[in-house]
Amino acid sequence: MSVLVLIEHDNTEVKASTLNTVTAATQLGSDVHGLVVGNDCANVASAAAKISGISKILSVDSSEYKYGLVENVAPVVKDIASGYSHVLAPASTFGKNLLPRVAAMLDVQQVSDIIEIVSEDTFIRPIYAGNALARVRSTDSVKLITVRTTTFDAAIEDSGSSAPVEELSAMGDEQLSSFVKHDLTRSERPELTTANIVISGGRGMQSGENFIMLERIADKLGAAVGASRAAVDAGYVPNDYQVGQTGKVVAPDLYLAVGISGAIQHLAGMKDSKVIVAINKDEEAPIFQVADIGWVADLFTAIPELESALD
Amino acid sequence: MKVIVPVKRVIDANIKVRVRMDGSGVELNNVKMSMNPFCEIAVEESIRFKEAGKADEIIVVAAGPQQSQETLRNGLAMGADRGILIQTDIDLEPLAIAKLLTAVVEREQPGIVLMGKQAVDNDNNQTGQMLSAMLNWSLGTFVSKIEIEDDSFNVVREVDGGLETVRLSRPSVITVDLRLNEPRYASLPNIMKARRKEIEVLTPDDLGIDVTPRVTVLEVTEPPARNAGVRVQSAEELIDKLKNEAKVL
Repeated sequence: MSVLVLIEHDNTEVKASTLNTVTAATQLGSDVHGLVVGNDCANVASAAAKISGISKILSVDSSEYKYGLVENVAPVVKDIASGYSHVLAPASTFGKNLLPRVAAMLDVQQVSDIIEIVSEDTFIRPIYAGNALARVRSTDSVKLITVRTTTFDAAIEDSGSSAPVEELSAMGDEQLSSFVKHDLTRSERPELTTANIVISGGRGMQSGENFIMLERIADKLGAAVGASRAAVDAGYVPNDYQVGQTGKVVAPDLYLAVGISGAIQHLAGMKDSKVIVAINKDEEAPIFQVADIGWVADLFTAIPELESALD
Repeated sequence: MKVIVPVKRVIDANIKVRVRMDGSGVELNNVKMSMNPFCEIAVEESIRFKEAGKADEIIVVAAGPQQSQETLRNGLAMGADRGILIQTDIDLEPLAIAKLLTAVVEREQPGIVLMGKQAVDNDNNQTGQMLSAMLNWSLGTFVSKIEIEDDSFNVVREVDGGLETVRLSRPSVITVDLRLNEPRYASLPNIMKARRKEIEVLTPDDLGIDVTPRVTVLEVTEPPARNAGVRVQSAEELIDKLKNEAKVL
């Protein structure tokens, strides 16, 4: 069986989510191909060709794919998907946006956000914010799947050898949408979804300025900074900090929840972390029910204390 | 401009679901059901369009069991003009819902379909994207801001790295994210008024759509539980546990 992986990238480098998706693909078949759709993306194609487990890269390089507009990219995927038993994408905003559009073009019922591969047609996926797990069997001849990246290890980025790269022809601009601008959050810290340590703040932080306290701890620990929905809604931090059912799912070795009460929707995004620490002044906060280590304390005294203790 | 807003009836987002003992699914009996929170945001936005003079009719559409009428009534009480229920007891998948919605869109010819980015029951995050493909319309997903232009919508999308603004040629399917707006509560007079608004009831057969599921749910189980652990009293104690017991520092 051959499996196609949609390579997530920004025309410069392969995104880490791709590596986890490749690992899932190798559990389904030995012949794993990667598809790179972009513009001036030769570097991405050659980097993707080195990922362990990839046996071929297909690349489509043309200006209409520069910003990954889904209306233009979906027909490319649709065109080649029928040659594969499975088409996989990470369950990132890239994969969530693109793959269902392809699925409808192929008349396939996609399987979203799988956390385990049971067999070639049977998968486990969380439902109801992870409060239940569904074991599902797909009957479609081509299976379209998004993969929860935190539950599959990353494939080795540079296997030391390079798979062949085949160029495919572009399919043109559908003229349905156009890119206007990006407002991307710049950070020197690790990416939230791949960091080994995450420190997140909630409504209890009381302001965006107070997140500096968490950033200082993050920099001492090499951690990423996240947030609960409440903190994002309040405007303390940008949207891409949000951890939860509808935000990012993280599973670091250590998750520090600071001033977060622990709504079901937040727990959905972090309860697979190896060790959870909760710091909250309300000892009844639901976060303590899932925390391995709880510290009932006012975060405005606890966090500075933690910072100096880390020195 | 006519606006279609699909709405879904789900277990209330504040309720912790219970998995049935026999593994057949989650318990739906005697559980509070509500409109999916993302659908509420879509309804709210459509009403704001109308209040701003940008929309002249709002149609809420539900697909599901007879009780989905309550969900439609909620949307009508918030301010939608009429409802369509595609009634079936089959557990509908996103692909089937998108096909049903396509048939409704072809009949009603709206300028936009505004809908939630995902439903909090099955967390699929697919239906809007699928609908856009079936209609060959432009698609904006995870949208936190919409500006209506003469022949397009400018939308801000919440993506993994931050925000992305795209221009969508009309008509469009737009799926909404949490920060687009804060939905209103329906007032009592509006709830009363909504009782007299029209709900048309159709079936998948009426629309000529096969809604047979493609994905079989074999079993639904509880995830492994996490238990509350130990309490610490100081930063030193916390760091000691993380270094020497958990070994994550």
